[in-house]
Amino acid sequence: MLESGWVRIGLRIMTGVTLAFIYLPLVVLAVYAFNASRSQVWPPAGLSLRWFAEAATSGSVLEALGTSIVAAAGATAIALVLGTALALAVQRYRFFGRETISFLVILPIALPGVVTGIALAATFKTIGIRFGLPTIIIGHATFCVVIAYNNVLARLRRLPRSAEEASADLGADTWQTFRRITLPMMRTALLSGGLLAFALSFDEVIVTNFTAGPGTETIPLWILSAIQRPNELPVVNVVALFLILLSVIPVYLAQRIGAETATVTR
Amino acid sequence: MRRLRIPTIVATIGLMVAACNTSVPEGALTELPEAEDALNLVIWVGYAEDGSSFPEFDWVTPFEAETGCQVETTDGVDSANMVSLMATGQYDGVSASGDATLRMIAAGTVAPVNLSLIPNYEGVFEALKGQPHNTVDGVPYGVPHGRGANLLMYNTDTFTEAPTTWDAVWDASSPAVGKVSIYNYAIYIADAAMRLMNTNPDLAITNPYQLNEEQFNAAVDLLKEQKEIVGEYWGLATDQITSFGSGDMLAGTTWQYQYNTITADDPDAPVGITLPEEGSTGWSDTWMIAKDAAHPGCMYRWMNWMLDPETSAMATIYFGEAPTSQAACDAAETILDGAYAGHCETFHATDEDYFSKIKFWTTPQADCADDDEATTCKDWDAWVQAWTEVTGS
Amino acid sequence: MTTHAVPPPGFGRRLATWLHRHPRLQLGTLLAGPVGWLVIAYLGSLAILLLNAFWTTDSFSGRVVPTFTLESFQTLLTVEVYRTIALRTLGMAVAVTLTDILLAFPIAYYMARVASRGTRGFLVVAVLMPLWGSYLVKVYAWRVILQGNGLLDWALEPFGLSGPGLNQVANSWVVLSYLWLPYMILPIYAGLERIPGSLLEASSDLGAKAGTTFRRVIVPLVLPAVVAGSIFTFSLTLGDYITPTMVSHTKFIGNVIYDNSSLGSLPLAAAFSFVPIIVMVAYLLIARRLGAFESL
Repeated sequence: MLESGWVRIGLRIMTGVTLAFIYLPLVVLAVYAFNASRSQVWPPAGLSLRWFAEAATSGSVLEALGTSIVAAAGATAIALVLGTALALAVQRYRFFGRETISFLVILPIALPGVVTGIALAATFKTIGIRFGLPTIIIGHATFCVVIAYNNVLARLRRLPRSAEEASADLGADTWQTFRRITLPMMRTALLSGGLLAFALSFDEVIVTNFTAGPGTETIPLWILSAIQRPNELPVVNVVALFLILLSVIPVYLAQRIGAETATVTR
Repeated sequence: MRRLRIPTIVATIGLMVAACNTSVPEGALTELPEAEDALNLVIWVGYAEDGSSFPEFDWVTPFEAETGCQVETTDGVDSANMVSLMATGQYDGVSASGDATLRMIAAGTVAPVNLSLIPNYEGVFEALKGQPHNTVDGVPYGVPHGRGANLLMYNTDTFTEAPTTWDAVWDASSPAVGKVSIYNYAIYIADAAMRLMNTNPDLAITNPYQLNEEQFNAAVDLLKEQKEIVGEYWGLATDQITSFGSGDMLAGTTWQYQYNTITADDPDAPVGITLPEEGSTGWSDTWMIAKDAAHPGCMYRWMNWMLDPETSAMATIYFGEAPTSQAACDAAETILDGAYAGHCETFHATDEDYFSKIKFWTTPQADCADDDEATTCKDWDAWVQAWTEVTGS
Repeated sequence: MTTHAVPPPGFGRRLATWLHRHPRLQLGTLLAGPVGWLVIAYLGSLAILLLNAFWTTDSFSGRVVPTFTLESFQTLLTVEVYRTIALRTLGMAVAVTLTDILLAFPIAYYMARVASRGTRGFLVVAVLMPLWGSYLVKVYAWRVILQGNGLLDWALEPFGLSGPGLNQVANSWVVLSYLWLPYMILPIYAGLERIPGSLLEASSDLGAKAGTTFRRVIVPLVLPAVVAGSIFTFSLTLGDYITPTMVSHTKFIGNVIYDNSSLGSLPLAAAFSFVPIIVMVAYLLIARRLGAFESL
């Protein structure tokens, strides 16, 4: 331990301050989830559980939740497949445009969502695709690819090729080697990349706004519409609180996986 | 208790037989198709309630039950958003305000309407028929939802008497300085033009939506002056519901909807609402059908439904605007156990004098929407750019 | 040793062998999907959008007329407000990035090098959980805090002060820094974690004090991670239009693009899109040079 006592105390304080900063709005959110009245003035008029009841029985919330999960799952699946393929190609081969590819794949997430959204919407309209769940998935997958790509690439760089070579020497063909050797070694990268991509897609609102069709609402779109309606605005707080609390599970899992990897590669 | 309505198709066949000599606009349907099973609408929040906000305000469920058309709505955040959504071609209809209607008509996003297929149109107030913002060269493009004015909302603690002029939001000496709440949309330039009609008659502004260069620049300058005293530019109705409800904003332009919601939450809230003497801008939203709509049968039935007296009464009571027909006014007296009797008086539904002071939203056009070829006006693009200049700097 | 008759290789195996012998084709199959998606679908859409910047609209109908013209760019360069907005957005992006680096570093360092295993696990979860809370809701919660007579005013009242209200561009700075903070903490944490303790010990053995070790060993090693995190904070700030509208009533680049994205003003939106695109492409090129891509 190289840091002096003062530095460590200072770091502890800063950590506490930062955590307080991070959780302040979430605490406000939680307080408002129990707000007795509809209005958003401070301090809340009283406490009540009425919005929890509303959220639980609201058909549109549950439907939006379902749509969000399906969209995120679809986008993550596509992103993992494309990202892995791309990472394998980039890491194992030399080809013309290799440098450009890694630059290209980060563009969808680095450029403003509003630009991506407008561009994709215009293309969908020109081609004549009906807007709906498929177009949402396409939009999300486009910027989720880079997440999967980065995670898999980072892992591939650390993987010894020797295991794969040994497998080939023993008579396995490409698919078998991939399925039995490469894939298991990449598993944690795929999981953590997949979780992050899922989270990104689940919460995305700007691109989704442009690529969703009538009747297809993800949770963020439902929230966008709910904050315009005085009677649904408070339900939004309940839904958000629920999502944050629920997120402990995947976050904890991701952290455990990450910790495993860390010890393995050290 | 909703009365049973004559199945629309029987009425329509009857009308078709009787009205053979009514000319059908080109591009409009000549006969009413069968009802499909779905209807996709772009709406202003509050225009298609299904009971989820208040159980007693529901005109979507009865429609669905009667026609079998399942209604899916998408809220438009503002007119520009609605125009974008309609341009995707995914929707059957829209409740468009006057600043969006003409743009969509010119772009071919919406189709003309065959009014003979909409029996309830006959009862609509004459003053609401053939409006310039939804009728082009005599061809109708939709049916009205209602009409209302942009009003002045004020804090009753700051303004002990109801203001009689718009000075509260324009004057640097207003008690609400720094706490003025203005609608954040380019169409507000027309309100500045209306202000100039009174304070600067030399500019000879007759139509606040069709402004020549000089008039336009004067309006924009006035808005830049106003910016000094503005506390918020509101985009969503809920923004104002919070800012006035919490006592943060003290005066501003508003819709009756916000006032209704604030006082429903808190009857003692210190807010008041009024229409100043100079008059105001207003809106009369139009239900329009998309060109090549996927569910035209349902859309025509919806347009007819919205003109139904009970529906019009309920929808306009909910939002806070005047309904479209005398029959709707009569229905408003008894609907919901008579709780809203006097609705039409409150909203001056039959008072054409009152509405002569209201200039409804319409689209600014480069040719000034007049027959005089020599005049040129600023078009909508210029308005949007100017608004960005006012609010963006 | 008995010999068994080897069954003839199945289709899959033969395909694999054939591909193995034609490595370029194997590469091609791997690349077809992602490259097709990215280049044709994404870049193609983007190119068509940007092409609109060189077109104009028919003033009456609002339809785009594909005749080549530079008038959108002219408007952007001559009308002052667009310059103001662009500079304001860029300035905000820089401010938010710097703020996030300053806020993220202590907690990331604590998590990576000082905290015990249990605390570290707890902190990682604590930092990541808010990422799942909806972006919109977090912004709205800040709005409730910052609005007139909101939480901030209420907290400052005993001191006789009052909060700034919702008309301040500084509100966007606070909220944007808040929103992107986890995106900065994670890469820095990962970067700091990767530094072997032996390097730091060696540095101290050679006589360097804590400050020098920090400056000359830690900072260069963690710089790629910092730059990687800054890609997110910078790009997300450049394009955001929801936060500025909700908490500060000011206009940023994203607002102008969004406001103009409907019928009739697409060329202006497309032209203005060039600003964040060019900035981000330049930023990415610099970031790649600094090795940030490996730390994403």
